[in-house]
Amino acid sequence: MLNETENLFRGLLGSEAVHRTSPADAVSAVQPQFIVEPATEQQLAAALRLAHESKLAVIPRGGGTKLSWGNPPSRADLLLSTARLNRVLEHAWADLTVTIGAGCTIQTLQQTLAQHGQRLALDPLWPEKATVGGILSTNDSGALRLRFGALRDLIIGVTIALPDGTLASSGGKVVKNVAGYDLPKLATGALGTLGVITRAVFRLHPLPRNTRSFSVSAGHPDQAQKLVLAIQDSKLAHVALQIHFRAETPPSLDVLFEGPEAGLDAQATQLRSLCQSAGISEASPNVWNARQNLWPPPNSAAGVALGDSPEAFPLAIAKISILPADLAGTIALIRRAADSSHLRWKSLLYATGLGWLRLEGPAENVHHALISLRRNLEKSGGSLALLHRPAAFPAFDAWGTPADSLPLMQAVKRQLDPSHILNPGRFLSGL
Amino acid sequence: MLTGMPLDGRIVHEFRSILGHSGVISSPEELHTYECDGLTNFRVMPCAVLLPTSTEQVQAIVHICHREKIPFVARGSGTGLSGGALPVENGIVLSLARMNRILEVDIPNARVVVEPGVINLDVTGRVQGHEYFYAPDPSSQSVCSIGGNVAENSGGAHCLKYGFTTTHVLGLEVVLPDGSLVHLGGKTLDTPGYDLAGVFVGSEGTLGVATKIILRIVKRPECVRTLLAAFPSTNEAGAAVSGIIAAGMLPAAIEMMDNLAIQAAEAAVHANYPDCGGLLLVELDGPVAEVEALLIHVEEISRSNGAWEIRVAQTDAERALVWKGRKAAFAAVGRISPNYIVQDGVIPRTALPQVMSEIERLSKENGLRVANVFHAGDGNLHPLVLYDRRIPGQEDAALALSFKILELCIAAGGSITGEHGVGEEKKSMMGKMFAEPDLATMQRVRCAFDPFQLSNPTKVFPTPRLCGEKPGEYVPHPLETAGLAERF
Repeated sequence: MLNETENLFRGLLGSEAVHRTSPADAVSAVQPQFIVEPATEQQLAAALRLAHESKLAVIPRGGGTKLSWGNPPSRADLLLSTARLNRVLEHAWADLTVTIGAGCTIQTLQQTLAQHGQRLALDPLWPEKATVGGILSTNDSGALRLRFGALRDLIIGVTIALPDGTLASSGGKVVKNVAGYDLPKLATGALGTLGVITRAVFRLHPLPRNTRSFSVSAGHPDQAQKLVLAIQDSKLAHVALQIHFRAETPPSLDVLFEGPEAGLDAQATQLRSLCQSAGISEASPNVWNARQNLWPPPNSAAGVALGDSPEAFPLAIAKISILPADLAGTIALIRRAADSSHLRWKSLLYATGLGWLRLEGPAENVHHALISLRRNLEKSGGSLALLHRPAAFPAFDAWGTPADSLPLMQAVKRQLDPSHILNPGRFLSGL
Repeated sequence: MLTGMPLDGRIVHEFRSILGHSGVISSPEELHTYECDGLTNFRVMPCAVLLPTSTEQVQAIVHICHREKIPFVARGSGTGLSGGALPVENGIVLSLARMNRILEVDIPNARVVVEPGVINLDVTGRVQGHEYFYAPDPSSQSVCSIGGNVAENSGGAHCLKYGFTTTHVLGLEVVLPDGSLVHLGGKTLDTPGYDLAGVFVGSEGTLGVATKIILRIVKRPECVRTLLAAFPSTNEAGAAVSGIIAAGMLPAAIEMMDNLAIQAAEAAVHANYPDCGGLLLVELDGPVAEVEALLIHVEEISRSNGAWEIRVAQTDAERALVWKGRKAAFAAVGRISPNYIVQDGVIPRTALPQVMSEIERLSKENGLRVANVFHAGDGNLHPLVLYDRRIPGQEDAALALSFKILELCIAAGGSITGEHGVGEEKKSMMGKMFAEPDLATMQRVRCAFDPFQLSNPTKVFPTPRLCGEKPGEYVPHPLETAGLAERF
């Protein structure tokens, strides 16, 4: 049976595009049977259609760096890889746009753009491996989001393959465009459950002429909160603002400025006067790696915490979203939940209200703390998504409680993936 | 066309019992006000205009529309330029004008929650005491509503730097076409699930009715400087724009006007613009030291591209006058021509010289003058095709010319609309910009929101399509058997 299906794919795509999987290809401990690597968008759409007709569950895969995000799949038959759709199709540098295959890595993209002094103004995780399709599907964003927006604000066009073999484009190649529905936004953050992204068009930004980073130490979370609100309410033109919180040390803030040298000096002076009593110092650009440093290096065994934590405790990492004025209150909640469950914790919050929480300790305790935290965050309009979970973790939905729009989301899903072959069981409430 | 039955007295009575007598307009004299929006060459009389004052009333009305299969068109201030709020035959108009309260102002989190009828400029009015502003600034911002801005994903001169309506809408309360109420997005970012707020903004009223909108507001920059540069033609002005962008600058706005547009603006508001072939208006904002440095750079780039006069507005009053001329440009064209059509094409910035010379050629060929006003920074062209309705055939010729210009935009890799929307006017152009599978996929999304096609049903898409739940399990619609519509 497996051979028969596999042969169908070989017939469609050629033998070199179909491979058996190894245990390393498992997705959250679910083992797909084979990998297909189409060479073109048309091939990818045809492969998806064949999977649909054969009722096979499809896990789209880019660089595989975030393949464990979301709930474990309820079924996984084949990995649909975008690895060969890896070309920078058009860098229209004078128009500040780029058209790019979904399988291109962020590092390759940025290197190409840098030749003309440009960039995709985003700092996603693991850029050397992460792909355009992968960061879009997981809606990954970092500290630069404060100034440049998220992927939803940077993507201006998308092509997606649907399970019925449709290859559909929307948006376009110009930054300003309101013709038709904004499907680039629909595909962004959909975790590959509506279609497989095959190409994207982004608006670009110039590389900064100069950058300067500063760190400010705050005595306690309330002071950090006050500083964040004061900086946000000021006329400073910072591009990023993050706050480190951890159990044992007082919080500290990092602020990033970009621009012409003269402007940066004035910004630094203003920041100093705004922070007054707090200690302020020029910082290394490495402080902006803090988000990635919360994770164990890719491909290390889940549940083994490395880096600054020598003990091998089960490790969980969650993305949280709150209102910017609730930073200190949220830290108090985290501290209470972590302390009562005897967990080590560390959190990195942005001035946008998005943030990251790392918890280490016995799986049961982590589970307990996450349940109470999610309940409290959702009560005040926030959310908590569990992105990295230890092996053998008790049942815990990765995404949280859906809003009253769930039936509408399900209707959208039914329209585009009626047989639920794309990433089944992985997204919010089984979408 | 998909339409319901004409309204019977029983239903009008039901609407009155929900809205009271003052909330239902059904006399022909009063209905005339609503037969078109800012695009006045399309007119349809609605059966009734309803003026709800609450979300509950909107829900009750839409429930009835759903039950009776009456199509409805939501309307804000009616300033749209693509016929998005044009009534549908045998349908009703839902005017959100009375839902105009600002519900919440949250300065620490930079959020404002409004009802759809709130006027765009009033949001800024409410927060400017704290030195914040609402960034999207369509030229009609003193009269257009946030609900209408959401439907059209309105832009404005400053979206070059600050983004469009969709960038600033974080969440929505929406009455779906079946009358149910949903919340999309929220006050916090990245709410779990699909980004349906992102899909709803710019859907031109075809996916439901927004009854509450959570907006993001922006802190005012430390300083703003506006520079005016006069060039021999739009080609040199366009080259200066490319130079500014290539130098790695992101001004708050870059606007361009050609000689005809300048003449019109001068006639209307005496903005004191230099009489030139191509006028560039560049606005820089941000920290003082940075802006002053960049301003010098913009001056250099302008001069090296042939600018023969450069002025920097010295006071707020001068700056306001400079903008007044630009923002009044469409209406001002009325001073130099009895009638005109405004188009809204977008091109990659680099295609500007080529597209401009093509427009000039078309203008000469057709014997019709075309004035040009651009959001040059993002390649958004607003060609104004001038004509005289009293001359037989000239209106049709003007319309045809304006569509030829849109075809130029598509051929250059651009779009048929940057901020005005497709609406009624440009739906026939959608098939030229998108392939059939692209449009079909959008229609599938529409079917998820509005399976009976009741919400502004005749807009945006060139061909009506019906939404079968599952192939083979439906009863054919009469239009389908008549060969007038397709079904998925």
